[in-house]
Amino acid sequence: MHWVFDTEMNTVNSKVKLKPHIIVSGLTMAYGDFIIQRDLNFTINHNDIFIIMGGSGCGKSTLLRHLIGLKSPAKGQIYYGDINFWDAGPAERSRIMRKCGILYQKGALWSSMTLAENVALPLEEYTDLPNPAIKEIVSLKLALVGLAGYEEFYPSEISGGMQKRAGLARAMALDPEILFFDEPSAGLDPVSARRLDDLILELRDSLGTTVVVVTHELASIFAIGSNSVFLDAETRTMIAQGDPHMLLAETVDPKVKEFLTRGKTVSAETFSGWKE
Amino acid sequence: MLHLASVVPEQKDSQQKKKRQPFIYVVGQNAVLFATSTVQMLGFIGEATLSCWNFLLGKARFRRIDLLLFIEECGAESLPIVTLISVLVGLILAFVGAVQLKLFGAQIYVANLVAIAMAREMGALMTGIIMSGRIGAAYAAQLGTMQVNEEIDALKTMGISPMEFLVLPRLFAMVLMMPLLTLYSDLLGIMGGAIVGVGMMDITVVQYLTQTQATLDMANISLGIAKAGIYAIIIALSGCMRGMQSGRSAAAVGEATTSAVVTAIVGIIVTDGIFAVLCDALGI
Ligand SMILES: Nc1ncnc2c1ncn2[C@@H]1O[C@H](COP(=O)(O)OP(=O)(O)OP(=O)(O)O)[C@@H](O)[C@H]1O
Ligand SMILES: [Mg+2]
Repeated sequence: MHWVFDTEMNTVNSKVKLKPHIIVSGLTMAYGDFIIQRDLNFTINHNDIFIIMGGSGCGKSTLLRHLIGLKSPAKGQIYYGDINFWDAGPAERSRIMRKCGILYQKGALWSSMTLAENVALPLEEYTDLPNPAIKEIVSLKLALVGLAGYEEFYPSEISGGMQKRAGLARAMALDPEILFFDEPSAGLDPVSARRLDDLILELRDSLGTTVVVVTHELASIFAIGSNSVFLDAETRTMIAQGDPHMLLAETVDPKVKEFLTRGKTVSAETFSGWKE
Repeated sequence: MLHLASVVPEQKDSQQKKKRQPFIYVVGQNAVLFATSTVQMLGFIGEATLSCWNFLLGKARFRRIDLLLFIEECGAESLPIVTLISVLVGLILAFVGAVQLKLFGAQIYVANLVAIAMAREMGALMTGIIMSGRIGAAYAAQLGTMQVNEEIDALKTMGISPMEFLVLPRLFAMVLMMPLLTLYSDLLGIMGGAIVGVGMMDITVVQYLTQTQATLDMANISLGIAKAGIYAIIIALSGCMRGMQSGRSAAAVGEATTSAVVTAIVGIIVTDGIFAVLCDALGI
């Protein structure tokens, strides 16, 4: 299905010269003494759509929190270009973050503001645009995520999926260089999820945005992913990385295979177990 | 079915559940906790002070509309409960005083008692306690919920200081409104006293008011107002601090709210005690 569009996309992608945007090296993440993941090494290139995948609770959101400066690593480094993100000091970090847009797992819209005010706040903070221009951009961004006409609604007055999409509009407000999405399609119907994938591809192609997506939506992983890393909860480290299609074709790791084939391998065993 | 349950292997040290610890261990742990929470509190106060400084330099950012909403919330909307409590406290003070003063026929001094007590102590104290419950708790719950929803994270990654954007307008609203509410409370307390004085002890309204006017001086009133300003800071900061420190669950928000009210009330009473000693030493 989606796979078909995709070969084409990947060839387009390989023409772009690979330039590292974010480099994670030897990263260990922990809450106190409780290690979530250790020894993570991967590179996110410019123009990548980079997928972070893995079972529920394996530390994907935690990894994202490290990448966006909310939680400091227990060990290891994160580089944005040449800059060591966590050694650079708060001023430099916030300068880097200004070029990033983030969609949180729970939407994280500011509940005391309307959708329009939510999307407008970053524009008011970081641009000198006059109010009418801001208003126009806000309407455009909301329309892009299918929320035209919801400008004056408060986050509590719209559904969970709509909150997610509004969060996306806010993340895109400043046309950032890097977009981080934490499970963008969770809570969306298949059609909206598909439209979201198209939007992500469009953003990458037209604006040259680097996109980092946490997701377990298989269709989405194969439709948009150009590179990926697979985190495993049991061994507490990454057990695979690379283009999701290649992973599917080449991996020998049963866990990765199980994940990428919706658990076909294990369920076969399960059923044979049941028969006895 | 059993097979399905064993498909996902158990995480070994995800069993972080505490075992029963020896008494000494628990004491030590609590001592360390107390130390770290004190450091956190000082850190929070420091950060808030810096934000205020930024505000004075014109660099702090928050929405004016937020400030107005908070002013309405802690000002106008608090009037009914402050009215009720203040009148009742005035009544109670007058009753207690009346019984004693009647013994040596000095009923008129009920006016002095009520006026001084309200202006110096009870006006600010009662308003403070009401506001701890009404506003301190609300602030903690608001910020705690924002923590749960990752709204505060979203502010931080946007490069907007939550201290300036969320805490400052709440703090300013309280500092502006508490002194006014306290003045209002003083007035109503005196009215409550007058009801008892006039209604039960054959003092005329004019007598009562002249007596009140004669005893109350600016020093007493401004002492109460100064206290109110400090209580306002205590209430707003403890509410905001507990909210910001809240964990990411509904239970944690509940705990934050409780803890905000407890912190605020303890803070108020301790400060009041310090004031009492200071005033005695300075002869105010
Ligand atoms: N504040 C915290 N304190 C301690 N441990 C935490 C905390 N937050 C998360 N964890 C632990 O970190 C692990 C990873 O959590 P995380 O939210 O990153 O998972 P995830 O991969 O995003 O899962 P999901 O797909 O369900 O969102 C969990 O097992 C959890 O126990
Ligand atoms: Mg997550």
